[in-house]
Amino acid sequence: MGNALRLENVTMQFGGVVSVNNLTLEVPEHKIIALIGPNGAGKTTAFNCITGVYQPTNGLIEFMGKPMVRNHPTGKAAKTYKGENADKYAKEAVLAPTPDQITGLGIARTFQNIRLWKSMTVFDNVLIAKHQHAKQNVFSAIFRGNLAEEKRMREETMELLVEQGLDAYKDELAVSLPYGLQRRLEIARALATKPKLLLLDEPAAGMNPQETNELADFVRQIRDKYDLTVFLIEHHMDLVMNISDYIYVIDFGSEIAQGVPEEVQKNQRVIEAYLGVADEDEK
Amino acid sequence: MKQKQSNLKAYIFIAVLLLLVILLENISAMIPGLPQVFQPTSPLFTVLKKAAVYSLVAVSMNLLNGFTGLFSLGQAGFMLLGAYTYAILTVPADQKEQVYYLFGGCALKSSIIDGLGAIFGTTGAGGAVSMILGCFIALILAGCVAAFFAYLIGIPVLRLKSDYLAIATLGFAEILRAIFQWQKLGRITNGANMIKGFPTFSSFNITDASGNVLVRLSTFIPFLISSVCIAIIVLLIHSSYGRAFKSIRDDEVAAEAMGINLFKHKMLSFVISSFFAGVGGALFAMYVANAQAKAFTSVMTYEILLIVVIGGIGSVSGSILATFLYVACSEWWLRFLDSEQYIGGFKVPLLRNGFRMVVFSIVIMVIVLFFSQGIMGNNELSLSGLMKVLSGKRERKH
Repeated sequence: MGNALRLENVTMQFGGVVSVNNLTLEVPEHKIIALIGPNGAGKTTAFNCITGVYQPTNGLIEFMGKPMVRNHPTGKAAKTYKGENADKYAKEAVLAPTPDQITGLGIARTFQNIRLWKSMTVFDNVLIAKHQHAKQNVFSAIFRGNLAEEKRMREETMELLVEQGLDAYKDELAVSLPYGLQRRLEIARALATKPKLLLLDEPAAGMNPQETNELADFVRQIRDKYDLTVFLIEHHMDLVMNISDYIYVIDFGSEIAQGVPEEVQKNQRVIEAYLGVADEDEK
Repeated sequence: MKQKQSNLKAYIFIAVLLLLVILLENISAMIPGLPQVFQPTSPLFTVLKKAAVYSLVAVSMNLLNGFTGLFSLGQAGFMLLGAYTYAILTVPADQKEQVYYLFGGCALKSSIIDGLGAIFGTTGAGGAVSMILGCFIALILAGCVAAFFAYLIGIPVLRLKSDYLAIATLGFAEILRAIFQWQKLGRITNGANMIKGFPTFSSFNITDASGNVLVRLSTFIPFLISSVCIAIIVLLIHSSYGRAFKSIRDDEVAAEAMGINLFKHKMLSFVISSFFAGVGGALFAMYVANAQAKAFTSVMTYEILLIVVIGGIGSVSGSILATFLYVACSEWWLRFLDSEQYIGGFKVPLLRNGFRMVVFSIVIMVIVLFFSQGIMGNNELSLSGLMKVLSGKRERKH
């Protein structure tokens, strides 16, 4: 099987600060891959490059074998550029699609700090994610020429809510759900866009150990059920070691290790990055 | 199924309301000796007409500010476009010379109504058909012109956020007002002078051959047009697109990540809102029986913004309710504050010309301080909800 997502020499530089440096990674189809690293390592920035929030300064991002973004530093950025491989992607630039176009291609995401639509019900939160694929225009929507389409959207939404065990809360306001369910709703909303690749940004943040264990099973379940590839950022080591097939570790924007969970766990540089290095005096 | 039933109920409610308006308008002719309030010259009908017009503009502004979260202050500008489009297109050819006498006639020699008159005839039933159809077409064109300018201005302006958008749209409205007062455009816009002579609400009254009014429809017409337009806006809000608008209001980043094209949907909301502001502007011109750029100042936008805030940002029924209250207070109920009043032999202090605005400002401050959600907040007035309140079984919502 091919790669769902491939990053090659991706660098993201804000002014003089390099947030992601020369990151190369592969996310094979139908696998669960994790990106870990200490706080401020550039994990979320890497996600934002993939989802089109940022246009990477340099590098290539491929989705399902097709180049989605291909960029190299130009103009002012070229003068301040500190990364490598600046000339490698000078030809055939492919500008990053906007986040909504990327979602249309089949990449859905969740957010580190939950971003549900707070004033709306659980049902509407999922239903809106179906909007982009609906066959309708504004006139047919106003004058109700799209009743069949609307009905289909509602049925699919209900189906998804039942599958995710959220149907009991469908008329509750999203903001009134307990924290764990809000996370689950965010995943359900992402699934409603019919993704091929699901990006989870710290899905276990703020969860207790029991909820975290449930989440691991849940992620595997949806991976199998919806035939997804999952790429996640996580701090929670138990969860990462439990569910990932392969792990990339970054620190200060650069990759410091990669491998299967057992290898990464024993890697000296990873331990140092997480626990800190002992000073010479203390040795 | 339930949804369909409640839709049907809403349509019946609107139809009954419209019938009541016709009844109210003609009640003085049917039953003689009623109090002054029911006479056609009563301020009641002025208030009803103006409120019907303003409620459409308020709801259109709410679509933008309350449902899409775009803080735009260009409503008066789009109303101006609508008012002028309607006026220029419907001034009858034989009136043009007189209206545009300072500029030696109008660049546009004929009007829509004259054009239709050539087909349907100009007298009797044919004349009525061409007048009604002509006004109808002119109203739609008024909306289209406003929508077209909204599209043009939207391309650069909708990339701005919150306050910056408000400033840009406000500036646009002021520029439009200046352009329409420009003497060089006098042959089209009549410069700073008013355009008049076009069909107004009272042109829709059914009269006999000698001009005596048989059935009054001058309040019914603004009600009818406003209800149709507001119904369309409500249908939009409850559609898939309306939900997308609300998601943009709640969280733009999440909306974009869930595949909603921000620019396209903001533009859609802006254009539709402006279309109805344009129609509202045309209705306003019909209400005051003239079109003059001087009337469409930023004060008018603030007035409408105030109505939207009082009614509750994000509530259509709140906007409508607030419009009627606001217009009734400013045009009728609080008028007594502007003149000296005596209770017995005692002269009430403070009351003099302009005092009404003082009271009005205080009321608004109180509302904004203590009811910052407005009358309705986010909620909608519904028949079933009303019944619940009346029967004392009110359920507490979030």
